[in-house]
Amino acid sequence: MLNDDDQRVIAAVQCGFPLVSRPFQELGQTIGWDEERLLERLRDLRDQGIIKRVGVVVHHHELGFAANAMVVWDIPDETVRQIGERIRSFDFVSLCYLRQRCLPDWPYNLYCMIHGRERDETQERADRLTAECGLAHYPRAVLFSRRRFKQCGAKYFSC
Amino acid sequence: MFATLSSLDNRLLDEFQRDFPLEPEPYRFMAERLGISESEVLERLCVLHKEGLISRIGVVLRPRRVGVSTLAAMRVPAERLDDVAAIISSFPEVNHNYEREHAFNLWFVLTARDAARMETIIAEMEKYTGIQVCRMPMEEEFHIDLGFRMHGE
Repeated sequence: MLNDDDQRVIAAVQCGFPLVSRPFQELGQTIGWDEERLLERLRDLRDQGIIKRVGVVVHHHELGFAANAMVVWDIPDETVRQIGERIRSFDFVSLCYLRQRCLPDWPYNLYCMIHGRERDETQERADRLTAECGLAHYPRAVLFSRRRFKQCGAKYFSC
Repeated sequence: MFATLSSLDNRLLDEFQRDFPLEPEPYRFMAERLGISESEVLERLCVLHKEGLISRIGVVLRPRRVGVSTLAAMRVPAERLDDVAAIISSFPEVNHNYEREHAFNLWFVLTARDAARMETIIAEMEKYTGIQVCRMPMEEEFHIDLGFRMHGE
């Protein structure tokens, strides 16, 4: 579990690094830390795997990957992990999760985010995934994304 | 509305999704790799952000390690969707609030300091909107998000 320092660091950087020459100096000031202390803590969180990557986070939609869909299946608990491991090898899948169902209204437990430039392409990818992983006989739903109302909390981008 | 990207933009978007240098002057490092000045890097990133191509330069966290979080969804009557979405977005603990094509048409991620705070927030959401919030907390992540390739398959 994270300690209080880690929580503060993560809260400080969660919505992005400012676009200035010394971004970590500026971020550090928001929590009363100097630059080197903040950088050391960030490197440590990265090395521990709590931060899984550091870099440019793109918006798929605006880059032309307009047809993004969340594809969900209801897979028996005893086989779902094995299937999840297979799905991760498909390069058009950006995320794959096992989640608790919300019964009775929501029976699905396996989630994938699939990206495509057009709706047909994304649908075809969802179909391919379904066929190649042997999931055709499980209930599924394809939820295309429409509008994005919010992506990150208080935006931290001074430019 | 899709942007036409210069080769510089493509490189900025493609080559720095991972391994952004955790060094005092990270943009200078990017500039050196691209063979341009630091101020050009900052200016292009600013434009790409303003145009909405970049969400942020920052960290991607492994879910569930920080506080408690859950994916959540609501079935919102179409005519109320804008209003309900605005209420949900107004909670600072909400991220990634999206409309999706389904009876469950509003989807968001909720992160809170602890389970008690999460209960409070959900109760408030349900009270303000009169709509039930369904929770789908994560049990396991199979795919590690290492960034998104812009080119090739």
